[in-house]
Amino acid sequence: MRIATWTLAVLALAVLVLPPIVQLDQSLVDLRSAGQPPSFAHPFGTDEVGRDVLLRSVYGLRVSFLVGLVAALVSMVIGGAIGLAAGSLGGLPDRLLMRVVDGFNALPHLLFGIFIVALFAPSAAAVVVSVGVTHWTTAARIVRSEVLSLRTRPFVEAAVSGGAGRMRVVRRHLLPHLLPHLVLATVLMVPHAIWHETALSFLGLGLPPHLASLGNMINDGQRSLLTGDWWSSLVPGLFILAPTLAISVLAQRWRDRSSPRWRSELEL
Amino acid sequence: MRAVLRMVAWRVAFAVPLLVIVTIVMFALAQASPFDPVRQYLGERALVTSPEVVEAIRANWGLDRPVLEQYATWFGNLVSGELGESRSLHRPVTEIIGERLGWTLLATGSALVLMFAGSLVVGTLAAWRRGSWLDRVITGGAFANESAPVFWLGLLAIWIFAVTLGWLPAGGLTDAASTTISPGDVAAHLILPVTVLAISQSSWLVLYVRESVIGVLREDFVIGARARGLRERTVIVRHALRSALLPFLTLLGARMPELVTGAILVETVFSWPGVAAASVQAALAVDFPLLAALTLLGTAAVLAGNLLADIAYTVADPRVRTLGVG
Repeated sequence: MRIATWTLAVLALAVLVLPPIVQLDQSLVDLRSAGQPPSFAHPFGTDEVGRDVLLRSVYGLRVSFLVGLVAALVSMVIGGAIGLAAGSLGGLPDRLLMRVVDGFNALPHLLFGIFIVALFAPSAAAVVVSVGVTHWTTAARIVRSEVLSLRTRPFVEAAVSGGAGRMRVVRRHLLPHLLPHLVLATVLMVPHAIWHETALSFLGLGLPPHLASLGNMINDGQRSLLTGDWWSSLVPGLFILAPTLAISVLAQRWRDRSSPRWRSELEL
Repeated sequence: MRAVLRMVAWRVAFAVPLLVIVTIVMFALAQASPFDPVRQYLGERALVTSPEVVEAIRANWGLDRPVLEQYATWFGNLVSGELGESRSLHRPVTEIIGERLGWTLLATGSALVLMFAGSLVVGTLAAWRRGSWLDRVITGGAFANESAPVFWLGLLAIWIFAVTLGWLPAGGLTDAASTTISPGDVAAHLILPVTVLAISQSSWLVLYVRESVIGVLREDFVIGARARGLRERTVIVRHALRSALLPFLTLLGARMPELVTGAILVETVFSWPGVAAASVQAALAVDFPLLAALTLLGTAAVLAGNLLADIAYTVADPRVRTLGVG
């Protein structure tokens, strides 16, 4: 728990503060120091054209995090809107929308991401769209079930009998209650979106190769891995693993805390 | 039996429209795409080819027809099993899929078996010794594994077992020097990709087995079995594990999309000559006929996996049969 919080804090600090302060050029090519193993000057070594792996990983995490965050937000907006529509309209629209959710869940997401990115030249926008359009179903499910339970609460009934229209009820009474759920779902979606970005970039279908994204770095480092230079491809992977693990540990704790009964049953 | 049939009919009634919608969406995306297949086909010759020739190629490929007619032709061909010709490999798509599908089925099938067996053993061990260091190592490992990208795991395995230790080949189907495909050679090349795929897919299963065995161990019939003086192994394997097993089948069906994803990445990392890796090559070459066929194949695989899981569940659990769920 404490380790997870610290990991996230250090990474966040590195990503936010390091680049403006250090003023080092991560794309600086220095062929004299190409393919160096970890040393004091380069804690995680240098890649095959002499760029510092640690510095580039921090920049890569920055790029991947941004793309992941935007993609997660896109999927939350789509999912939130569809879940809200399904939950508040009910009846036939609800059933139809839930079938659409089932349909999307049956699709192999990465394959569709690949399909979309391939047809629209690899770019950050294509990655965001391909991840966003295929990952909104979780948010839709969460929002829908929350709306269904909110609908039966007295304050909603009071608003409806007080003459409030559907839009007003949704805006004033439902959305404030849904927001915390949406925020949590977005936070949990970010690591997954980062994963998708790196997977696409790793396959050569994601961000343009000159951008330092974690997936691009792992892809670049593949060749030197075969000659024994493990750092240039394996280190960027650690920068994906660490924040993902930290977020999932914190989420697990949060879940345990919010349902203490379930936890105590397991402890028995 | 009737329940099974009804469930199958229900599933198929959902799957067919879904596949049709997938073809529509793919076709619409291809239409909206800025890529011009004729220009792609001509390559550098596009600069010196006269517009009349380009128009002739367009007409020849049917690209000058109305969009709806183009879709109808393409869809009609798909239904009759005519998948078209790959634009990058210049061979029929059916031929490419035919020679690659077997390798993918071999790799993913072996990975599934390994994943099942391994997760059952490891998850049960963790549940049996709950709270011990062993349990902590297993749960911690499962969480870490869930966070690690599968292609990274693959590279890690290559670095350890192929580069550093030199025990296993780093990729491919056979040794570069060999001209024939011998079973022993293929098996050696199969070990790393299968293990990595199995491990990458097994985190949830290990945690799931652990939790459900812990739950079952508290049930009366397990306490009863213990009270009758049965051996610990018999209690765990015959009583606890058996009833903890059932819900997996549906869960396994729900994990099919992840399996396809894992197969794509693992096959690419290990240069395994399967259909999943071919989808990446098709995407890199913007090879629409091949990519569309493989995307459809992937979706169909997920739907088929869901169906099989449901059938197995209905057959295995008599309660579902009588209640007629689904």
